Amino acid sequence: MSPSNDTIERHAVSRYTTGARLNHWVTAISLILLALSGMALFTPSLFFLTGLFGGGTLTREIHPWIGVVLFFSFAGLFVRFVRLNLWNADDTRWMRNLGAVMRADEENVAEVGKYNAGQKLVFWGMSLLILVLITSGLAIWDEYFFAYTTIDQKRFAVLAHALAAVGAITIWIVHVYAAIWVRGTVRAMTRGTVTAGWAYRHHRKWLRQKAAEPAQRAPGA
Amino acid sequence: MADIALELARQSATAGGITGALAPKDDFQVSKLIDTSKCIGCKACQVACLEWNDLREQVGVNTGVYDNPHDLTENTWTLIRFTEWDNTATGRLEWLIRKDGCMHCADPGCLKACPSPGAIVQYTNGIVDFNHSACIGCGYCIKGCPFNIPRISKTTEKAYKCTLCVDRVAVGQGPACAKACPTQAISFGTKAQMKQLAEKRVADLKSRGFDQAGLYDPPGVGGTHVMYVLHHNDRPQLYASLPDNPRISPVVELWKGAVKYAGIALMGVAALTGVLHHTVMGANRVTARDEEEGEKIQEGRK
Repeated sequence: MSPSNDTIERHAVSRYTTGARLNHWVTAISLILLALSGMALFTPSLFFLTGLFGGGTLTREIHPWIGVVLFFSFAGLFVRFVRLNLWNADDTRWMRNLGAVMRADEENVAEVGKYNAGQKLVFWGMSLLILVLITSGLAIWDEYFFAYTTIDQKRFAVLAHALAAVGAITIWIVHVYAAIWVRGTVRAMTRGTVTAGWAYRHHRKWLRQKAAEPAQRAPGA
Repeated sequence: MADIALELARQSATAGGITGALAPKDDFQVSKLIDTSKCIGCKACQVACLEWNDLREQVGVNTGVYDNPHDLTENTWTLIRFTEWDNTATGRLEWLIRKDGCMHCADPGCLKACPSPGAIVQYTNGIVDFNHSACIGCGYCIKGCPFNIPRISKTTEKAYKCTLCVDRVAVGQGPACAKACPTQAISFGTKAQMKQLAEKRVADLKSRGFDQAGLYDPPGVGGTHVMYVLHHNDRPQLYASLPDNPRISPVVELWKGAVKYAGIALMGVAALTGVLHHTVMGANRVTARDEEEGEKIQEGRK
């Protein structure tokens, strides 16, 4: 390791493995492509977005396949992170202090583990909505599954699909905004590490746990 | 086909309608009238439809009923459906025969559901037609249709249905099915003319004991440009499940109405809230003190 790398590593706290980051970005890209192609078919004023996918027919054909990629990719994230996203008493306390959190005054809010209550809600919200999206999506994937549902069921499926998609996109907006607003967050998913200060400020309990881990490599080792 | 008969009144997925579109005029509206009491189920209309539109249907299998093929397909745009009904009131077995196909609704559910601009059009004369160059094969028209009419072709992956022979109507001809019908069970003309004709037919049927005879021009879809004379207009369901009160499904109305606007609004508000929050609060930055304290914990000094 070069000396400069060494200094970076001294203050960095590892947050995501390469596998987790790849998994995240496959999910992220799929979700963005799904939102673009889905909104193109959702409202006529955004139909022009089909141009990004080579026209209306190709958009209609490719959208469900990207959905399949997202489903399995997100399932990977779910398995990775589900245990860390179980709700506990700290989360309820954190939610009560949401106002302070939004004012960037986290000092007086309970110390947070790897994920705060907001992140957990994003996780569970997305999990639930993606389940609705894949189920309703299969019901309206007429090319392969037309015969398996009645037309009336397809009507409910297409409505549920639109509602769930609006929910998922809204959660995605919250997720992206939080990552932008809380500076130093994005590098967790690009480089895999955050600074010790970031961890101290936003996930102090997690930082303490990391520091106490016996397997933690000594600085510079 | 720049005939005035083919002036567009509405097209799918086009907010605010078509600029300069003519309002539908009453004396300009065309309609087909299908008299179920005159139909003998010969299927000449089916053949004429295949022939005029240059379609071929696959050879099917006989399952012991007269319906052939068994359902509408991307090639069969009109289908004679047979129902044997035991009329307990009269003690007679009635053979109810209905020519099924697109009803050309004044308020077309297919057009409302279609996401592709101009893939479904409605002419000022009332004909609803599919424009295959714009059709993306999504099948939303199937969900929008209250009559279960459009079919997607597995070969072309586009939606098909009766065009009301728009290409013939545009040059002053009647639809091929009407032309071929040997009993004149299918008539074609302006909607007003067809209503008049229906009145006579209904009066005749009533005089012969069909008290509930009437004209099927369902108001739930704004009326249709294909109408039926039914001997039992009080029970359209008898005729191979012709809907009693067809209307665009409220689920589809919700999906294409409130959900669309509320959904876009919600996503917009979420994004805007983010921008506002950031403007008011500024970035949530890690301070030098945070770094110091964090490093202390990391290095086990605290």
